[in-house]
Amino acid sequence: MFQTETEIEPTIRRAILPVVPAIEFRDVDLAFDDKVILDGISFTVRRGETKIVLGGSGSGKSTIIKLILGLLQPDAGTILVDGEDITQCDEQELTEIRKKIGMVFQEGALFDSLSVYDNVAYRLAEEGIDEDEIEHEVIRMLRFVDLEDAIDKMPIELSGGMRRRVGIARALVGSPSIVLFDEPTAGLDPPTARTMCELAIKLRDLEGVSSIFVTHEMNNLKYLSSEYAIVDGEGRVFFEEEGDKLCLINTKVMMIKQGNIIFDGTDEELQISSDPYIHRFISGR
Amino acid sequence: MNPLSRFLVELQDITFLFWRMLRGLRKQPRYFDEMVRHMDSIGVGSLAIVSLTGFFTGCVLILQAYPTLEYYGAQSSAGQSVAITLIRELGPVLCALMVAGRVGSAISAELGSMVVSQQIDAMRALGTSPARKLVTPRVIALVVTLPLLTVAADIFGLVGGGVIARYLYGLDANSYITSLRNGITIQDIIGGIIKPIVFGFIIGLISCHKGLTTQGGTVGVGKSTTDAVVLSSITVIIADFFLSKVLQGFFGNTLF
Ligand SMILES: Nc1ncnc2c1ncn2[C@@H]1O[C@H](COP(=O)(O)OP(=O)(O)OP(=O)(O)O)[C@@H](O)[C@H]1O
Ligand SMILES: [Mg+2]
Repeated sequence: MFQTETEIEPTIRRAILPVVPAIEFRDVDLAFDDKVILDGISFTVRRGETKIVLGGSGSGKSTIIKLILGLLQPDAGTILVDGEDITQCDEQELTEIRKKIGMVFQEGALFDSLSVYDNVAYRLAEEGIDEDEIEHEVIRMLRFVDLEDAIDKMPIELSGGMRRRVGIARALVGSPSIVLFDEPTAGLDPPTARTMCELAIKLRDLEGVSSIFVTHEMNNLKYLSSEYAIVDGEGRVFFEEEGDKLCLINTKVMMIKQGNIIFDGTDEELQISSDPYIHRFISGR
Repeated sequence: MNPLSRFLVELQDITFLFWRMLRGLRKQPRYFDEMVRHMDSIGVGSLAIVSLTGFFTGCVLILQAYPTLEYYGAQSSAGQSVAITLIRELGPVLCALMVAGRVGSAISAELGSMVVSQQIDAMRALGTSPARKLVTPRVIALVVTLPLLTVAADIFGLVGGGVIARYLYGLDANSYITSLRNGITIQDIIGGIIKPIVFGFIIGLISCHKGLTTQGGTVGVGKSTTDAVVLSSITVIIADFFLSKVLQGFFGNTLF
């Protein structure tokens, strides 16, 4: 029996065609009123890959992330998430797709009428999972971001960095297969920022999560593109630097400037790029 | 955009919101707890102001009507005159206006600040429909509690009218009550309940729509709150006219 690709059920297609990228943009245009924000953007994030997105303030990074979730609709072009074209989906189909995406908002976007516990539990509670399981998962996630003590606090009582971490815990609950980080380390102290990067590395190397990591900080770029996580026999996680014997291939870097992608490749290529803008961006001068 | 097409676009958006809300009612999860919570804050929370409004409206009605009635020697119809005006018109409309001011503004301010702080985006990103989670419980709570509040306002109004008739004008309490009971028909009462149900939908949908379409930061929240109250109040008053007309068509023009 023969079937063309389009006739196959999406779930089956995913199983038989593991090459379907996690996220794909094809010629996406977006303008607010007359102002062009994205001008024919195309890129892919492969399964298990982390894409670090660099770009100046206002270059359209958060907009790209919102497009992936279907919170905004593009004016033209196609956006595929796990091979499904989300620009053709209605709100209900989008809801299904969003279930496999975790999103860390730039400003946290916590529900300020709900406690930290309820914020983190939100997705599971909406799915009607029973209370014991939710509690177990919430505590596990809060321990992950080192905020167990804040479990009964309200968002208003937290510092900016703590809020960000609650936002991360909320995004990671339910083990989504795609995670979008919008500047997760902005406003965090260096050790905590480092922890956030380790978290992203663990998701990438140990859980096979595909992710987009928007950041301004070169430290993050360095950690994410040069370190990998391994587990020893006793389940302890270690981070090692890539060296001669192993080179990370699952982390890519992309730079956006005024709605265009001016660079898309590995971090080594980024470092040796001759573009003066890129050079200024990574060296800060 | 000219005002007419803007009006049509808003009308279309509100209709879609209504439709999504109705669809949300059919499906799980139904957010029953939210609904009860909103009924408590809208219903119980508004009881005091609504009762007070009703009471003094009843008072002023009799205060103004009594001398005229006396002039024509129709003091015995005092109860009826208050009852009909209150139950048919003033009870539902004043109650809806009070609730539009108190609850409509609160709803659109709350939803508006959720939009501005990206909480609505976060909610959608986490796979919840804001129409179902936020709009449906609020609108249903309004539709259920507004008729009850109206009944409370009516009763307090009748009592207020009675108090003024008895103590200011010295009308016999029995005569007031008899006139009340003869004056009110079942049609009046049904009409007086149908109206607040419709007003509940109007206030709920307009306020939620205004809140969810807030644009432009904190200033936008202020603007959408004002819009919500103004627009729902005006719509209530306009709808009241047409509803009265329709109800008259159904029940016949049963005046005195
Ligand atoms: N709702 C909106 N209406 C109009 N313009 C918008 C809207 N949202 C974003 N923009 C514009 O789109 C551009 C890109 O915004 P975006 O938030 O994607 O930037 P960003 O790259 O995330 O910046 P930052 O690093 O500061 O977070 C900005 O110039 C902004 O002014
Ligand atoms: Mg941004």
